[in-house]
Amino acid sequence: MQTKNTFDFKEIQGREERLAPGHRMCAGCGGTIAVRNVLKALHPGDKAVIGNATGCLEVSSFMYPYTAYEDSYIHNAFENAGATLSGVETAYKALKKKGKITEEYKFITFGGDGGTYDIGLQSLSGAMERGHDMVYVCYDNGAYMNTGVQRSSATPMYADTTTTPTGKQSDGKPQRRKDLAGVIAAHNIPYVAQTTFIGNMKDLYTKSEKAIYTPGAAFLNILAPCPRGWKYDSPEIIEICKLSVETCYWPLFEVIEGKWQLSYMPKKKLPIEDFLNKQGRFKHLFKPENAYLIQAFQEEVDRRWEELLVRCNA
Amino acid sequence: MVQSKKERMSGNEAVAHAIKQINPDVMPAFPITPSTEIPQFVSNMIANGEIDTEFIPVESEHSSMSAAIGAEAAGARTLTATSSCGLAFMWEVLYVAASNRLPIMMEVVNRALSGPININAEHSDSMGARDSGWLQIYAENNQEVYDNTIQAYRIAEHADVKLPIMICQDGFITSHAVENIELLPTNAVKDFVGTYEPEHYLLKEDETMAIGPYAISPYCMEAKRAQAQGMINAKKVILQVAEEFEKLSGRKYGFYEGYELDDADFVLVAIGSVCGTIKDAIDELRSKGKKVGLLKVRVFRPFPGEEFAKALKTAKAIAIMDRCEGYNANGGPLGAELTTALYKEKAQAEVVNIIYGLSGRDVKTEDICRVYEKLEKLSQGTDEFGPYPYLGLRSNESADRI
Repeated sequence: MQTKNTFDFKEIQGREERLAPGHRMCAGCGGTIAVRNVLKALHPGDKAVIGNATGCLEVSSFMYPYTAYEDSYIHNAFENAGATLSGVETAYKALKKKGKITEEYKFITFGGDGGTYDIGLQSLSGAMERGHDMVYVCYDNGAYMNTGVQRSSATPMYADTTTTPTGKQSDGKPQRRKDLAGVIAAHNIPYVAQTTFIGNMKDLYTKSEKAIYTPGAAFLNILAPCPRGWKYDSPEIIEICKLSVETCYWPLFEVIEGKWQLSYMPKKKLPIEDFLNKQGRFKHLFKPENAYLIQAFQEEVDRRWEELLVRCNA
Repeated sequence: MVQSKKERMSGNEAVAHAIKQINPDVMPAFPITPSTEIPQFVSNMIANGEIDTEFIPVESEHSSMSAAIGAEAAGARTLTATSSCGLAFMWEVLYVAASNRLPIMMEVVNRALSGPININAEHSDSMGARDSGWLQIYAENNQEVYDNTIQAYRIAEHADVKLPIMICQDGFITSHAVENIELLPTNAVKDFVGTYEPEHYLLKEDETMAIGPYAISPYCMEAKRAQAQGMINAKKVILQVAEEFEKLSGRKYGFYEGYELDDADFVLVAIGSVCGTIKDAIDELRSKGKKVGLLKVRVFRPFPGEEFAKALKTAKAIAIMDRCEGYNANGGPLGAELTTALYKEKAQAEVVNIIYGLSGRDVKTEDICRVYEKLEKLSQGTDEFGPYPYLGLRSNESADRI
């Protein structure tokens, strides 16, 4: 692996943007932050083909006749970003073998949680299992935001969405969220990691670089808050990401060649309320009569955190 | 003209042989009866080092077409193969392939769509995709599917066309039955097909490309009209390529094949393997002095309606045969489109649309002879077909049973 050992924030942030400004994503969009920073992990001068599932990102960053991508880019449909990029990567192998291409290319595709956890899961699973030399990046904002905040299997329990609205008979989404990083780790691919925007993007950068430069299939799951869907004030995004990690709602970890490693152990695990109360989608949980729901949420976080610690032998 | 080699093989083997001679760059595929043999043959050829195509063993047909789109957009000559529900599963992305102007080749081994689930010949699969923007060329037998495969990329990749192409053959009847065939020398095939040199592609080293945009109304309609022009242009290109192919092989192709058509009063119009049976029936009836003939449709997309209608202009009665239900209470797709073309050409013939051979139902020469007999009566003013004719239906309950 040709990764660098040091994290030089200034050098990295000074690199040429591969996601050009002028796209139409919302101010404060987590998805955009994810894409921009993942692409910063490509070493300057290295070529790449970027893939994208249909979603907010696609319709806002490649609106004919403008593209925000400095690299070659392909969007096909909602549920097939994995398969599409596997075709591109295979074409690269074929053309390289025939001497039609000499340069090195990297392959990175982006999908939201709708395109990744749900409608595109089969396509993703196939691409990962076949071991294409590519990175699939999920920018997980926990609902189908492009169509107007409908629940997904990434939506946390009790979240108020437009298809799990709160009401007299409803406390929001009744089900627990899917552990996608675990699902993909079960494919026994070389590299899986979970991250978010924290600490000057060091964790995100390091993991992106590893994912891109590890030969074979790699998967990154990035918590990427959506101000509209989560109902918070845009500038709070970094604080919310930090709280997601400090409450152990969104642990940072890597699975390298099947070995689970915790990337960050909070000094003091914060109560889940600290993460929930920043977000309008959980407002109903803070009614006095709903304290038991917060308790249930906390128990779910605790259970999954303990399970992760066992997996990581931490 | 080059010397062809005589062989015996099935339709699927013939296709695999053509693929071996072409040696495309990438093939994603997922097995489905009766097309499964094609990826199996290709996998074997790769395993034995006979070709250097990259095979992608995808987890579904949806991914097979999705990966084909990625590979073709990246600059690789790409193909896949499928049948029936596999083609139906690709439905959404067929349109993506066509609208991105990606000349992917797909071997379609025609089979009934569910349900009830059935694995035998029917055209409902590719007919369902007839408006997806793909070119469609059909074959009567193994020789034709081999020849069509060799011509496919020349048509699809042509600068005036740039559209994906389906090469269709009938499941089992053609795909699995072993018949005589003449094979071209591999070098001649390679020279004829040529190398794939797209103008723009994702992996072009001196430029970047973005493909698959969101387009708002002020742009989208123009894109669709430009795509339609590719389909219009394909008519000329198909004939040019056929002409060149004839010089190479001595075998003549066009939009259709006429069999005893020129002076025929009573004509059947059909697609695929049934045409062999129809030709036998024609030989039998001609020996009895009946002026019967066949127009065998080879090209369905683009639809050469004008050419078909002109060839049928002097007929007295025409039966348009659909191996596909339309489920529209109005007949099958070939019936609907050809009837329109005949109207535009001001043809005066009596026209009947017959559904036949669904889910592999056998068609015999005596069935075809009955159709010709009734066509003759129809031209004399006696309609024995009824409003919704089905050929070879077992049930006595249908008044329209032929």
